[in-house]
Amino acid sequence: MNPDIRTLHGLVAEFDSAESLVAAVRRARAAGFRELDAYAPFPVDELPDALELPDSHIPYVMLGGAFTGCAAGLCMQSYANLHSYPMNIGGRPLNAWPAFIPATVELTILFAVVSGLIALLLSLRLPAIYHPVFNHPDFRRASRDGFFLCIECGDRQFDRESTADFLHTLSPMSVQPVEK
Amino acid sequence: MNEPIISPRESYISVTDQITGIVLKRPASWGWWIGFAFSFMLLSVLGASLFWLFYKGVGIWGINVPVAWGTAIINYVWWIEIAQGGTFISAVLLLFHQEWRTSVNRFTEAVTLFALVCAGLFPLIHMGRPQYAFFLAPYPNSLGMWPQFLSPLVWDFFAVSIYATVSILFWYLGMIPDLATLRDTTDHKYLRRLYAILCFGWRNSGRHWHHYETTYRVIAALAAPLVISVHSIVGLDFAYTIVPGWHSTIFPPFFVAGAIFSGFAMVLTLLVPIRAVYGLHGLITMRHIENMAKLMLTMGMFVLFGHCSEYFMTWYGGDIYEQYRVIHSAIGPYASAFYISMACTALAIQPLWFQRVRRSPLLLFVIAILVNIGMWAERFFNIVASLHTDYLPSSWHIYHTTFWDWSTYIGTFGLFLSLLFLFVRFLPIVSMAEVRHLINRSGTE
Repeated sequence: MNPDIRTLHGLVAEFDSAESLVAAVRRARAAGFRELDAYAPFPVDELPDALELPDSHIPYVMLGGAFTGCAAGLCMQSYANLHSYPMNIGGRPLNAWPAFIPATVELTILFAVVSGLIALLLSLRLPAIYHPVFNHPDFRRASRDGFFLCIECGDRQFDRESTADFLHTLSPMSVQPVEK
Repeated sequence: MNEPIISPRESYISVTDQITGIVLKRPASWGWWIGFAFSFMLLSVLGASLFWLFYKGVGIWGINVPVAWGTAIINYVWWIEIAQGGTFISAVLLLFHQEWRTSVNRFTEAVTLFALVCAGLFPLIHMGRPQYAFFLAPYPNSLGMWPQFLSPLVWDFFAVSIYATVSILFWYLGMIPDLATLRDTTDHKYLRRLYAILCFGWRNSGRHWHHYETTYRVIAALAAPLVISVHSIVGLDFAYTIVPGWHSTIFPPFFVAGAIFSGFAMVLTLLVPIRAVYGLHGLITMRHIENMAKLMLTMGMFVLFGHCSEYFMTWYGGDIYEQYRVIHSAIGPYASAFYISMACTALAIQPLWFQRVRRSPLLLFVIAILVNIGMWAERFFNIVASLHTDYLPSSWHIYHTTFWDWSTYIGTFGLFLSLLFLFVRFLPIVSMAEVRHLINRSGTE
């Protein structure tokens, strides 16, 4: 077990561009590091590929939400018109399902969107106002023009000295330990 | 045309500084205060009008039978159509990889939201008993009653309320990374905490961006059919009835085209001055302005086609009430609205065929204002001219607007502009994260 894990979050290297960040992430993955994260002020196109992230599961959650909304809309309107409040107007059919479609479409979209956002927040574990990585002295630049790679203590290969040496081989602008 | 979408002089830092500078500059410029004070004055006109309305009832308006819809519904349709432009730019253009949308989408989404606030007000106050508005929602109640799900007015309730909800969520989701930028830029202790809470502690993590991008795109893909359905349903509010001039299958697509048309007109009306005031010429380039002008022209031609189709069907259908309405529209009591609408929509957009006009912000601003006026006249004409001569000549009645009709309408400008001024002052008006992404892709940095 790594002795630093109680006090240290990880080692953070700063890079000067999105391209060098992506290259660094690829080399860190190739060197066997798994517990790492990259920070960039915009969604860098190659970053998910470099971090070897699987496709996001959120669209599936939204699909489930869409089916739920669709079923809920149809069931609610059918229940209201067929059972709870049936109205016989000139003998017209009670189950006028084509007229139920507009509200059903809207509810489908609403459920899909809301379930997607809830799934997003749960997957990102947000809101979380504090995170150890904010202790990095220049981390404010991550939302401006800074590109950071963090190798976290939890990694099996993590060792304060050797990992710092490895990060220095990636030609970063700086390498800093970040406390918890 | 290979003109860049954003100026090659822009960098990550210049974008961030320009946009956060607008928000974090303290104190606000005197121009902002004058603008906000003017908007707030108009907002108090709305307050006074609503007070008088709730005190006296809808009789203070010019509505009568058969013209029961009047300005409340005209304004409702007019505002909600303005709302469409923002969703069209942010969702439909995103799906079609139109990268030029990047620096204008935040602003147009805000226009959508604030126009929706104004639009949503009108059906509520038009009810006469707005305290019972919640009867529209299906909820378990002791009366054992349900809304009438076969009615387009209930569809409208679902469509507009869900459209508003999704628009707010989409807008806020897009703003989270920029709120984090504000948190990281300001040195003010409490503002920093406030923005930290508002951005949910966003930390620009690559893992987060991955989920975030996917979710954002899927929501955009859902917002696109949503906005089309909303305006189709607004069209069905009319087409479902048997009023001459309304009972027509062209209405849903006609309303969608009219919505994109007036939405773009309103976006241009607001964007041209804001671009000039805040000097955002490097982010909102001539290419944005010209593209929007082209789309406005296209949609204007669609609307014209809708009119032609309507007149053709009236002639071809052979219904004497419908034909009377069409002939009467050009010579009857509401002929002026007809001519204003035709001049300001069909004619006013024709100069946009010329590139020199499309590239002149001043001319575009004038044309966009004319289109806004024309679309209002068109809604007036469409609603009042049809309703006042229905199928029962004994019930025909002339409709006149009153002072309170106008004060309520003008008051909603106060609501719209006040919200817009607050937005421009306190939130980032250009999506910085997306612009940085664009700068990275275009290879300037």
